[in-house]
Amino acid sequence: MSNPSTSSSTARAAPINPSAAESPWVRWVLIAIALGFISLVLLLPLALVFRYAFGEGLGVYLAAIRDADTVAAIRLTLITAAIVVPLNTVFGVMAAWAIAKFEFRGKSLLITILDMPFAISPVVVGMIFVLLFGARGWLGPTLSQWGIQIIFTPIAIVIVVAFGTMPFVVRELVSLMQAQGSEEELAALTLGASGFQTFRRITLPNIKWGLIYGVILCNARAMGEFGSVYVVSGRIRGETDTMPLHIEALYNDYLLTASFAVASLLAMLAIVTLVVKSIVEWKIARDQAIATGDDPGD
Amino acid sequence: MNASPTPAALYTVATLACACMLAIFASPGCGDFEAGADRAILNVSYDATRGFYRELNDEFARHWREKTGERIRVRMSHGGSGAQARSVMDGLPADVVTLALAGDIDAIARQSRLLPENWQGKLPHNSAPYTSTLGFLVRKGNPRDIHTWSDLAREGIQVITPNPRTSGVAQWNYLAMWGYALRRELGSDFVAKMNDPAHARDVARAQQVAREFVASVYRNVAVMDSGARSATNTFIQRGIGDVLINWENESLLGSRDLDAAGLEMIVPTVSILAEPTVAVVERTAERRGNTDLARAYLEFLYSDFAQDLAGRYYFRPVTEKALTKYAHQFPALELFTVDEVFGGWAEALRVHFRDGGTFDQIYAR
Repeated sequence: MSNPSTSSSTARAAPINPSAAESPWVRWVLIAIALGFISLVLLLPLALVFRYAFGEGLGVYLAAIRDADTVAAIRLTLITAAIVVPLNTVFGVMAAWAIAKFEFRGKSLLITILDMPFAISPVVVGMIFVLLFGARGWLGPTLSQWGIQIIFTPIAIVIVVAFGTMPFVVRELVSLMQAQGSEEELAALTLGASGFQTFRRITLPNIKWGLIYGVILCNARAMGEFGSVYVVSGRIRGETDTMPLHIEALYNDYLLTASFAVASLLAMLAIVTLVVKSIVEWKIARDQAIATGDDPGD
Repeated sequence: MNASPTPAALYTVATLACACMLAIFASPGCGDFEAGADRAILNVSYDATRGFYRELNDEFARHWREKTGERIRVRMSHGGSGAQARSVMDGLPADVVTLALAGDIDAIARQSRLLPENWQGKLPHNSAPYTSTLGFLVRKGNPRDIHTWSDLAREGIQVITPNPRTSGVAQWNYLAMWGYALRRELGSDFVAKMNDPAHARDVARAQQVAREFVASVYRNVAVMDSGARSATNTFIQRGIGDVLINWENESLLGSRDLDAAGLEMIVPTVSILAEPTVAVVERTAERRGNTDLARAYLEFLYSDFAQDLAGRYYFRPVTEKALTKYAHQFPALELFTVDEVFGGWAEALRVHFRDGGTFDQIYAR
């Protein structure tokens, strides 16, 4: 264990954290700067969204968000997220499992490919799919002969959002799984568990908080994605407008209140996401604390 | 560990929140999608027309039902005019296009052959059922005494206009100033003179003066936003500048109650004419069995109702009857077109707005 002199000095110094031994004046100025910056950059814009949204009263606000086109935009956004998030969760777990627990040829290439959606600008992602499925694109003319339209439909929106949010779960899990190693799984397999049993009883419980964290980030991005969706949606009001697109459209129509009303809904979704995320982070920290606490130590 | 909620439970909370929202919005009384419509056509339009077409579509649906008994619906797509044209070429199944520039519809006709190249002759008034021009938005009482383009070049006047490299309306602003200067130098028959070799020397001198004039206006530009919407924001919300140049119809749209916003509108008497044009995308409409409906829809734009509606949305109507009615709202102006003065949009873009073009030259100095 630690030597006695250190522990006694920590005991005496306990009320005062040595790192905070600056004069109170310096401390308060630093805190004020930090808080001021956060309020200016984060809280003030958020407050303004709500101020403008309710600027003309609750009646106008409700009318704005109950408009048929707005309702359709909210519906499309939620449906898109409901398809994309489970898809990328399942895929993310499979990919992370493969990368973290197995060695195979082309693994680093796979990791690079998985990071690609983050490296490419969303607008370019949209353009790629226009080039692929557009009337002047590679597959577009063939598909339209069969009467299949992909670009400028909700299907295209789901595809680009799925592409853009693919890395969230994988990235979150790969590092976690690699850190955990595969000893527990090997033990389970040795004891006669099947592959699926091992995954369900050992791997999944180990990664669950990381998984939820990835899912939340994926969901937030799926709802908020703008650039790539703008390119492939065709912006048909009430049909292929998602919430971010609809906010921009209302703003361009000089409907400031309506635009901020929809923006406030998206902001509320973001706040819900953040709250869930904080809970998850707290859980992760707690689990780690328990894990290290149980650890007999070196 | 066992006491902690399962991942599923936690995520259920989040999904439940979303489900609640869905339930609220799916409640009766909102989200009437007119599922009963027998047929629908898609109108791909530009940004500033949403209010106008919303009212027009309802009336057209009523009109069509009275005439044929069929229930129809018009779906709308709005966006930047050029981007909308590209979407149609890439397969956005528009039955009709109602865009800001004839050039955008030309591009669709040339590059994708979805409509014949002579589309512009198929409807009255060059297929432009409403027009617009540029207006000056100034502070109430016009404290800086701004009436015409030359006032923008006066010392100390702060002008708000977006960047012509990124904004469509900013290109119109620029060309309007340029054309105004030519008109001032060459007289009211300047278009004829520009096509007359006998006046070549005068024209060359006038072009030089115009260039100097435009440069002096751009020296007065206080904030150069990237688009019309943000320029309007700069002028109205942030209160910067003495004058904002924007579409006559959009300036009035941006602040329906100009008086309450402490603003007024000045329309310069010599200016540029914008002709937003409309066309049936014939191959798409035919494939979707909508040719009759699409044609009737565009013809409806010339009806008394539509012309009157255009006037209410501050577009300049084209039929005699509506023009007479809105004469007080739209004072008679001397308007020139891009074709007359600049030899068409392609040429104007090439000379003025390409990399290293005239705008780059005068703005860099």
